[in-house]
Amino acid sequence: MDLGIQNVSKAFGATAALRDISLAIHAGELIALLGPSGSGKTTLLRLIAGLESPTAGQVFFGDEEASGKPIQQRQVGFVFQHYALFRHMTVLENVSFGLSVRPRESRPPKREIEMRAMDLINMVQLTGLERRYPAQLSGGQRQRVALARAMAIEPKVLLLDEPFGALDAQVRKDLRHWLREIHDRTGHTTVFVTHDQEEALELADRVVVMNEGQIEQVGSPDEVYDHPAAPFVHRFIGEASELPVHLGQGQIWLGGQPTGLASDQIGLALLFFRPHQIELVDDGSPCLVGKIIASRRMAGTRRLDLLVGSGGHHVEVDVPIDHPAGQQDMLTFRPKVWTLFPENEDEAGVRRKEAREARVVYPRNRSAGPLRQYEPSCS
Amino acid sequence: MADQTISIQSATAETPLVRLVLMAIAFLFLALFLFLPLVVVVSEAFRNGVGAWFQAILDPDALASIRLTLLVAAISVPLNMVFGVAAAWAIAKFEFRGKAFLITLIDLPFSVSPVISGLVYVLLFGSGSVLGPWLKGWGIEILFAVPGITLATIFVTFPFVARELIPLMQDQGSADEEAALSLGASGWQTFLHVTLPNIRWGLLYGVLLCNARAMGEFGAVSVVSGHIRGLTDTMPLHIEILYNEYNFAAAFAVASLLVGLALVTLVLKTAIERRYAD
Repeated sequence: MDLGIQNVSKAFGATAALRDISLAIHAGELIALLGPSGSGKTTLLRLIAGLESPTAGQVFFGDEEASGKPIQQRQVGFVFQHYALFRHMTVLENVSFGLSVRPRESRPPKREIEMRAMDLINMVQLTGLERRYPAQLSGGQRQRVALARAMAIEPKVLLLDEPFGALDAQVRKDLRHWLREIHDRTGHTTVFVTHDQEEALELADRVVVMNEGQIEQVGSPDEVYDHPAAPFVHRFIGEASELPVHLGQGQIWLGGQPTGLASDQIGLALLFFRPHQIELVDDGSPCLVGKIIASRRMAGTRRLDLLVGSGGHHVEVDVPIDHPAGQQDMLTFRPKVWTLFPENEDEAGVRRKEAREARVVYPRNRSAGPLRQYEPSCS
Repeated sequence: MADQTISIQSATAETPLVRLVLMAIAFLFLALFLFLPLVVVVSEAFRNGVGAWFQAILDPDALASIRLTLLVAAISVPLNMVFGVAAAWAIAKFEFRGKAFLITLIDLPFSVSPVISGLVYVLLFGSGSVLGPWLKGWGIEILFAVPGITLATIFVTFPFVARELIPLMQDQGSADEEAALSLGASGWQTFLHVTLPNIRWGLLYGVLLCNARAMGEFGAVSVVSGHIRGLTDTMPLHIEILYNEYNFAAAFAVASLLVGLALVTLVLKTAIERRYAD
């Protein structure tokens, strides 16, 4: 079942939760709605389900306009963040609920309802627990009951609100693989909401990155990670360091110093790179110079906090564990992969102000003289 | 080492002496103000023997008051159950203008003296009002009749069910209901299979309290009843009349029935609270 969201807005009183959103979801896709809290991702999911109605715009199920349809008629399987299992019903009764409340003419016989519920309970690997009550199950088990219950009504789409949010890390990973398997097996169109980028990247066919009620980017995990469409996406997905730079003469400049990075654009821009996508420079060619203010051990690398350029911009880079840079004061490096986002003067002014304020926060240890004095060392 | 461990005491534990004094005060207070009156009521009721007790209870006027009390409770408790669930539902599950006002309104019967509640009905339906004579023209008596007593009782006992359910329903949120709806259940099915089971113990508790008050209400009912013996006297009113006639044995006999009802309510309440805890 294709899903279409066309120019949908949603306001709660004076607050806009969604602003003019359009999105096409193809049949059988596994889609992640990814964003920080308050970005409108859950509202969008509830709009698709029919738990909220849009202030403006339309929702399509296939070719059919569904905006006016009540949730009962939409045939969506909705898995709630805290599962919302019926606590006075057993697992079997919970899973059977959707079939047993059907009007008499479309309700299967009692035997068949139970058989179909048992099939689903087997599928979510809870065989033998069908007589238990929700309170007697672990978080991961409850999650699977909720999924089985949602799938019992043979939904056209499966919607999951933060499906793994309340689980601990290991269970979360197992369930992730398992959800992917079930999706591949059943072929439901599936939309899930998450604030966990790792989850979205690993699980989804396409990721919808949301921010402040708008869609920032829609793309495959590779696209949103490698080719972020906006500064927000770059900051939100993966780790990012950013520097305000100047473009001209075929180069990228930082505070009047050439960086050795080529660009044929002109004007002000933000330079983004990821801490692990850098190369160390020791041949004296143009590069970025940073004063090392902290060194932390990450899992497989060493993470260095640097203050770069005359503005003292804070960036993070990763170096090999055995690299001597861990013991040095200075580091000379260049991003291997980077992204530029052009910037107009006003934004730059605001951002520079923010950067100045933020700089005070970073610890300056050892003999921190004027930062400027370190700069010429590699140009 | 052993000496050191003995002196270690939990930060919130009091010394034995303090504990003893606190418990003694609590028990003394309870005995003096709660248990003693109970004992007096029961002993006075049976002062002249079981025969006299039965005689007092089986007196036609006493029986009429018992019947009236049961009738009023049988009408007002179910109505307040429905009103209470509806009000709690509206407050807990919806956002609307005037919600805070509605919550205050529900508490009104608790904060207003019952006598004033009764007087309101006298003003509304009395002979000097607009409504009273009009209804009388249609042959409907409100004041000094069963409808008036029932109205006053409903007013006074309204908050019990709603007050019990509002925090419970607010705490539970509407995710369960949303889940039921998403599974295709109609509004009524959702209420019957999901909402009602979730609130059943709270509801029963509220109904019990409501019932106890409905049967025991004196002030408001006293104002609207008119004290017509055998017709508009409820049990509490009948007790007062008997007492004022210095017929203490009979007064306490009927009172012991009310006390018995209160005790049954208490026991049921405790049993329910134990279920709650599961």
